Amino acid sequence: MAATHAFPERAKSLGITSEKSLLKFLSSLPGIDQIGVEERAGYLATRSIKNESKRWAIDLALSMVDLTTLEGSDTDGKIRALCNKGLHPDPFDKTLGRVGAICVYNDKVKIARNHLDQIGGSDLPIAAVSTAFPAGRASMAVKIQDTRDAISDGASEIDMVIDRGAFLSGSYQDVFDEIVTIKSQCGDDVHLKVILETGELVSYDNVRKASYLACLAGADFIKTSTGKISPAATAPVVLIMLEAVRDFMNLSGIQIGVKPAGGIRNTKDAIKQLVLVNEIAGSQWLSPKYFRIGASALVNDLLMQRMKARDGYYASSNYVTLD
Amino acid sequence: MNKESNEFQYSPALESTSIVKIAERYGHFINGKFTSSRSGKTFATINPATEEILAKVAVGSKVDIDLAVKAASGAYKKVWSKLPAKERGKYLYRIARLMQERAREFAIIESLDNGKPIRETRDVDIPLAISHFFYHAGWADKLDYAGLGIAPRAHGVAGQIIPWNFPLLMLAWKIAPALAAGNTVVLKPAETTPLSALLFAEICQEADLPPGVVNIVTGDGKTGAEIIAHRGIDKVAFTGSTEVGKAIALSLATTGKPLSLELGGKGANIVFDDAPLDQAVEGIINGIFFNQGHVCCAGSRLLIQENIYNEFLEKLKNRMGKIRVGNPLDKNTDLGAINSKAQLQKIQTLTRAGAAEGAISWQPESSLPKKGFWYPPTIFTDVTMAHRIAREEIFGPVLSILTFRTAQEAIEKANNTPFGLSAGIWSEKGSRILWVAKELKAGVIWSNTFNKFDPASPFGGYKESGWGREGGRHGLASYLLRNEASAKSPSRKLVR
Repeated sequence: MAATHAFPERAKSLGITSEKSLLKFLSSLPGIDQIGVEERAGYLATRSIKNESKRWAIDLALSMVDLTTLEGSDTDGKIRALCNKGLHPDPFDKTLGRVGAICVYNDKVKIARNHLDQIGGSDLPIAAVSTAFPAGRASMAVKIQDTRDAISDGASEIDMVIDRGAFLSGSYQDVFDEIVTIKSQCGDDVHLKVILETGELVSYDNVRKASYLACLAGADFIKTSTGKISPAATAPVVLIMLEAVRDFMNLSGIQIGVKPAGGIRNTKDAIKQLVLVNEIAGSQWLSPKYFRIGASALVNDLLMQRMKARDGYYASSNYVTLD
Repeated sequence: MNKESNEFQYSPALESTSIVKIAERYGHFINGKFTSSRSGKTFATINPATEEILAKVAVGSKVDIDLAVKAASGAYKKVWSKLPAKERGKYLYRIARLMQERAREFAIIESLDNGKPIRETRDVDIPLAISHFFYHAGWADKLDYAGLGIAPRAHGVAGQIIPWNFPLLMLAWKIAPALAAGNTVVLKPAETTPLSALLFAEICQEADLPPGVVNIVTGDGKTGAEIIAHRGIDKVAFTGSTEVGKAIALSLATTGKPLSLELGGKGANIVFDDAPLDQAVEGIINGIFFNQGHVCCAGSRLLIQENIYNEFLEKLKNRMGKIRVGNPLDKNTDLGAINSKAQLQKIQTLTRAGAAEGAISWQPESSLPKKGFWYPPTIFTDVTMAHRIAREEIFGPVLSILTFRTAQEAIEKANNTPFGLSAGIWSEKGSRILWVAKELKAGVIWSNTFNKFDPASPFGGYKESGWGREGGRHGLASYLLRNEASAKSPSRKLVR
């Protein structure tokens, strides 16, 4: 079979120029001991983040949220409300910056972009879930068109899903090719986040393998989950992905971001994520440029905790906006 | 906020000490009561993280030990040996539950007196100590199944000397099986860490344990020697240095007194090229930096397969940079204070010897507190088997790194030591793990993990690492005598 595959520079620089060399690279990755990695994640979950460091972490976490709505019932009104919330999470405190991005379905990108531009949020990125999200079960032509539509409507970040069926059956080259193709649609200006859907990958070894596969194929970010499958962004999974991007940076010099999504609903969870980033990948990743949290309800809990830190008591939930 | 890159500084998260009441002075705990030393002599126990005096503690002399042994012997003859076995079990369960209720106090007092991080006392030392009491409580009325025939007998009075590295846990390892087996005890905690044992004495009072069943005499090495030499002691158990252990073995050589020893080690952690590397790094870190390396079964020698040496070392150094050294009461501290000035000096002497013999030391950047006894996490590379730091137990946060090419070479190097307490094997290949484990001469071998303890699992060493086992059925056996009359009884078939 003389199928031709494209290999981006970053893969070539690591000697990956054929399907054979790709498979060899992936199979040479060290294994993951399940008990060990869960123990480490559990250890880091006991870090006690208090006072000043908590206030700091809350503000950082807010700046990293990809404020998300991915419902079949989404309306234009809801999207506009989400944009307002993302630009001014706390309308009474203008010192607080915007969230990391607004994350919506493909067909809502245009309304979101237009609304943000109108309200002075032209620098707030819009992330579109793409490639037949969340299952990824569509033809390549459809996936490409999906991506093109989102970009032409104003998305500057594409959250694509990988074909888990292909991955689990060992067709790594197919998954690789798909990511390469979608990245070529994105070009340099549009950030590509590759959703591994770790809840369907069965083993931690597969999470590591899929992380490297995405990094090699051109991802700018690797993302845990669609949010439609449970479990989603568990601590051990995020830990493994952070190790992968840390080691990939040592190998290639390219810094890839990480985005946990799904199940991060309160401040405590978010701070645990930041501790993982800090102690596994390092402080270079502690920025919205390299770490995002896909969430919706999280923002309000962060705001309530922020008020608590400022005022010394918990406010009623009526003091944060519904959406 | 600078959004390009951020340093995440954790604010201090200090455990409050308000629930702990430490008295100014402590006497011995003899016959159910706190009694001052006959000689009136005391010594100070200090907080090694601040060098502040925590309390004055009595120095036990021969007179005190006479009293303690007499109390233990009386309690054995009159009460403890007469009690139905299940009643002994009830006392042990009661002690365990009371310890659980006061677990936080124990954790804080242990951290203050020893210098170890509150995270470790809270999550490891205290829960494990309690689980030893629960486990042995269950044994009390099942001694027929301990593999020593029907109705095995207790020795009588056990004299027990414990070290400073895990004060309460070592107390539990000693007292729980002794009482379950039907002995009474005279126990001496280490000179630098007597406080948790004295808090345990309060638990004995609260549990209404019959007076004299547990006696705690504080003091130094001389006090310990008096206990061991005392004619009223029927069984001796010691955990501590190999040097002292040897002296004890010599001193008891002609007495016929049963002796169990849990001594030093120079454990090897062997990392093969197919190991789960990131978890292996964690295991190495845990193996040598847990409890400031004050662990007899510490993985103080790292043997790395040559072909992954550079990659692994890089990962290890990166991980060491994340170790948080400082106030033991801070919940985020990973590495606390060295237990005493003497221990710090010993670590310094050995690390100087390592450097003088040509090994290369490396430490991550860290700022140590001004007061107190501290030593940063340290690794030595370019170590050969001939170096002192590859042979002697440092008992501190210092790792000696060597390489190997073949599994055979790793086994030879791991075994080439007078010790034989622990070892670790890191590999994803099951057959290799089993084969290497079979070849290693070490009492405890962990694979793809390290420093895992369970009261049901026997612990102890080969060669100069000790005699006998602690924990499990094997550990219990060292507090029991086979009842020869029943040794051939059919019930022996019930046990393995």
